Amino acid sequence: MTGFVSLDGVSHAYGGGTGTLAVEGLTMSVEPGEFAAVVGPSGCGKSTLMKLATGLQFPFKGTVTVAGAKVAAPVKIAGMAFQAPTLLPWRTTLENLLLPLEIVQPHRRELPRKRAEYEARAKNLLTSVGLRDQGDKYPWELSGGMQQRTSLCRALIHEPQLLMLDEPFGALDAFTREELWCVIRDLHAMRKITVVLVTHDLREAVFLADRVFVMSARPGRIIVERRIELPRPRDLDVTFTPEFQDIVHELRGHIVKARQ
Amino acid sequence: MTGNDTRLNDIWIKASPWVFTIALFALWEAVVLIFKIPPFFLPPPTAIAQAFVDYSGPILRNSWITFYATMIGFAMAVGFGLLLGLVVGWSRAIYAGLYPLMIGFNAIPKVAVVPILVLWFGIGFIPAVLTAFLISFFPIVVNVATGLATIEPEMEDVLKALGASKLDIMRKVGIPRTLPYFFGSLKIAITLAFVGTVISESVASNYGIGNLMLQAQAQFQVPLIFAGLIVLAIEGILMYLAMALLERRMTRWAQRSGFGQN
Repeated sequence: MTGFVSLDGVSHAYGGGTGTLAVEGLTMSVEPGEFAAVVGPSGCGKSTLMKLATGLQFPFKGTVTVAGAKVAAPVKIAGMAFQAPTLLPWRTTLENLLLPLEIVQPHRRELPRKRAEYEARAKNLLTSVGLRDQGDKYPWELSGGMQQRTSLCRALIHEPQLLMLDEPFGALDAFTREELWCVIRDLHAMRKITVVLVTHDLREAVFLADRVFVMSARPGRIIVERRIELPRPRDLDVTFTPEFQDIVHELRGHIVKARQ
Repeated sequence: MTGNDTRLNDIWIKASPWVFTIALFALWEAVVLIFKIPPFFLPPPTAIAQAFVDYSGPILRNSWITFYATMIGFAMAVGFGLLLGLVVGWSRAIYAGLYPLMIGFNAIPKVAVVPILVLWFGIGFIPAVLTAFLISFFPIVVNVATGLATIEPEMEDVLKALGASKLDIMRKVGIPRTLPYFFGSLKIAITLAFVGTVISESVASNYGIGNLMLQAQAQFQVPLIFAGLIVLAIEGILMYLAMALLERRMTRWAQRSGFGQN
């Protein structure tokens, strides 16, 4: 196992080994800098996979390795974003962005001294996702798409090596979703970080990922691993090409089988 | 609606609490007059007003005592309720362990506790303060604990994945998000605190509005009893308003974001 994120024969059940299995014998490996997408029927344990890879849950069987170390505690090098933007309503957008820096060392120590520097970094990040000059607004003053952009920025502000996304665009309308695909595509290209995206949207997975992992129905394991060879940088137009459609169709076939 | 109509509507809304209050008293006066209800049964508001004039000294003195006892009991409830709420909301185990005990304690009518307090502290000021405290800390505990216990699991995951400690999560998320619950509970607690003080005063004290009303009853001074009730209502309304104002001041973000309303 040489991957940046590796799960090796992992089984996990909520409520200890006796509860219903969420994942069973799950093996997958994500290379450094790779964009991996995990798709599967609903309730297949995709979110469990996220928790295992970030050290929020520990498997009763198998090992999880991140950046060469066995995961025995929350990994600290990961940024996370979810379907709900989970911004704090009493903080402005900028203050929400600074939250991880108030937690993670060495930023935590340096934040009081270098506040201006960190704020400049946060503003740059906001600008890069199209939220220039929105830093002083409160979350409820932003649209759903803008909130989700802020949530992505918060996941990236401390420059994590690993970005974990759990259906981050699930609650957005189709146009906003495609806009954010491009945002995340550019962030990945720019920062060369490892991304694991859990989604039920096959087009999203194929458009963004280097590799797509298909999970079986619960208890989840990886049944198909599909490399996406579409050249980068990818434009939204690629989603209308026959090659793209073929891959989506193929994956869809696997999911349909997995549901039976 | 035209601009003029809106303005008229606004004035009407602002004035309506006064209009309704005055209407209530006017109706009361009218009912007593029309049905010739004897004043020792239901005194008319004018007779109550007369009682206010006649007994202004005792009413002022005793309402101050009641107010004072209530505020001390309430302050204790705020301190203790906040602390216990934080402890209870901190851990699932403590929550599970203490919750049935608190429900049980809250179910006990506080008037039943007064004799014990009298046994320990004698009659007077202290049982009144303690009864106010005992009756009013519960909503504060429950609200603070609820605020902490309902942190979004995703928010917790985001912070934990950054290596945040439990204390970090409490400081950055738990306590700020609990403030609207806490300040909301003060409105309930302050009105309950008055109830507690008056219960204790009417059972075991020589001072306070509760005691004044009991004495007035013994001497058949019915307008004075009602004057006592009105004093309590006024004190209750004023303190409720103070707490509502405090809530608005302290948690402006919660009202503007619609927090906790879904």
